[in-house]
Amino acid sequence: MIDLIDVSKSYGQGLPAVNHANLHVDKGEFVFIVGSSGSGKSTLIKLLLKELDSTSGTTIVSGEKLEGMKHRRVAKYRRKLGVVFQDFRLLKDRDVYENVAFAQRVVNRPTRVIRKRVPEVLQEVGLAGKYKAYPDELSGGEQQRVALARAIVNRPDILLADEPTGNLDPKTSEEIMKLLEEINERGTTVLVVTHNKEIVNSMKKRVLTMHNGVIISDEKEGEYYEA
Amino acid sequence: MRPSTIWYTLKQGVKNIKRNFMFSIASVITMAACIFLFGIFFSIVNNVNTLAHKVEEDVPITVLFNEGTTQEQMDAVGELIKARPEVSKIEFESADEAWEKMKKEYFGDDAEAADGFKDDNPLANSSNYRVYMNNIEKQSELVAYIKTLDNVREVNQSEQAAKTLGSINRIVSYVSVAVIVILLIISIFLISNTISVGITVRKEEIGIMKYIGATDGFVRAPFLLEGMVLGLIGAGIPLVILYFCYNSVVTYVYTKFSVLMGVVDFIPVGQIYQTLVPIALALGLGIGLVGSFITTRKHLKV
Repeated sequence: MIDLIDVSKSYGQGLPAVNHANLHVDKGEFVFIVGSSGSGKSTLIKLLLKELDSTSGTTIVSGEKLEGMKHRRVAKYRRKLGVVFQDFRLLKDRDVYENVAFAQRVVNRPTRVIRKRVPEVLQEVGLAGKYKAYPDELSGGEQQRVALARAIVNRPDILLADEPTGNLDPKTSEEIMKLLEEINERGTTVLVVTHNKEIVNSMKKRVLTMHNGVIISDEKEGEYYEA
Repeated sequence: MRPSTIWYTLKQGVKNIKRNFMFSIASVITMAACIFLFGIFFSIVNNVNTLAHKVEEDVPITVLFNEGTTQEQMDAVGELIKARPEVSKIEFESADEAWEKMKKEYFGDDAEAADGFKDDNPLANSSNYRVYMNNIEKQSELVAYIKTLDNVREVNQSEQAAKTLGSINRIVSYVSVAVIVILLIISIFLISNTISVGITVRKEEIGIMKYIGATDGFVRAPFLLEGMVLGLIGAGIPLVILYFCYNSVVTYVYTKFSVLMGVVDFIPVGQIYQTLVPIALALGLGIGLVGSFITTRKHLKV
């Protein structure tokens, strides 16, 4: 599903943010990416999102080579991905329903499909009763659930989560991780960038540790190592 | 494009205008000023043109012949003149007709004074052609040509009228083109400014759209629509104002300068608007589209 072959990314002078990374992720896998600040985790996610271009190497995601991809192809490519961020990034002037429906409108889904799919996905993330609420009226955990609903509403192949629990308390973090696991169990490949040691250690998933742009360990049912 | 997408674009476009209302107002006003001035110049140029045409028709060149030129020779010259593209029509006046006309004009009822000449026509050599033109600016060229023809003794022209009208026409055209170009640039700049404010306000939303996989077209469409709506409003307002202004100005000119009545004919506003309305609307739409297109191209690369 994801293949990185000797991928590097440098921002001008100095050490590369990602340094000769090699990675293979199969369809349906759940992978944690851990490491201290500045270790290159977020850059890796940005490379996968095609928000940044690699300096060297080859990146193949869901059968598409990202290097040399035409600008007009990028939008279509991103439809294969779902993405959630630490700060939720919801549209404050729209209610829960509209925030999720928005993702479907953007990819030209007919209204009839949107009306059926949005309640379905809100049910999945446990927000069926709150579809009329605005983001400001929701707790952090609930906002992240909306963001998750928006990320999966178009049934992406891959879900990228960049510090999804960074702003949440431990109990809520656990709930969100549980949701990510459920999404994964339904067949979506999930990549989670996180600092949350307890969660990583308790979930027994594949763990990729990065340090100074280098992937220093890659373990099945791994643990969170402080580099 | 699906109907729901079109509806979404429409809604977002209108929302954008409401969201930066002050900027929208500012660009509509500038655009309105631009198109208002355009309308004024358009009306002036058209009226001057019509006036010039009228003068062209009214002020002929007179062609006189050498003594002893036969009617056939004069007819031949007439044919040659008529063949010129800038000539709209020619009229022949024989010496007798010229004398009759003069008698009427000068002696009027005093037939006895004219009788003193008896059969001795003092205008014996005055058989002439009056040549009317459809383009007064070509007058000198035509005169030079006629002078080269056989048997032509003299060519009288109203050179002054031709030159003055021609140059007024040119100056008005140049000035209006210059003013319009400057205003166009200002309008495009202002529309572009309004759109870029809109883009800044919606930066987060646009970012999210891009992550979800919105195409450039989908992101841009509401902004392009916003530009076009602003452009159309900016064109519509001055058209309405100008409609009423035009009639008032015409009435004012006729009352203040009643001498002009019958001499200067203004084109009716309806006739002017037949061309002005489509041009102004296309201009507004075009400025809006160009302004927003440039801006979205610049700012929406994610």
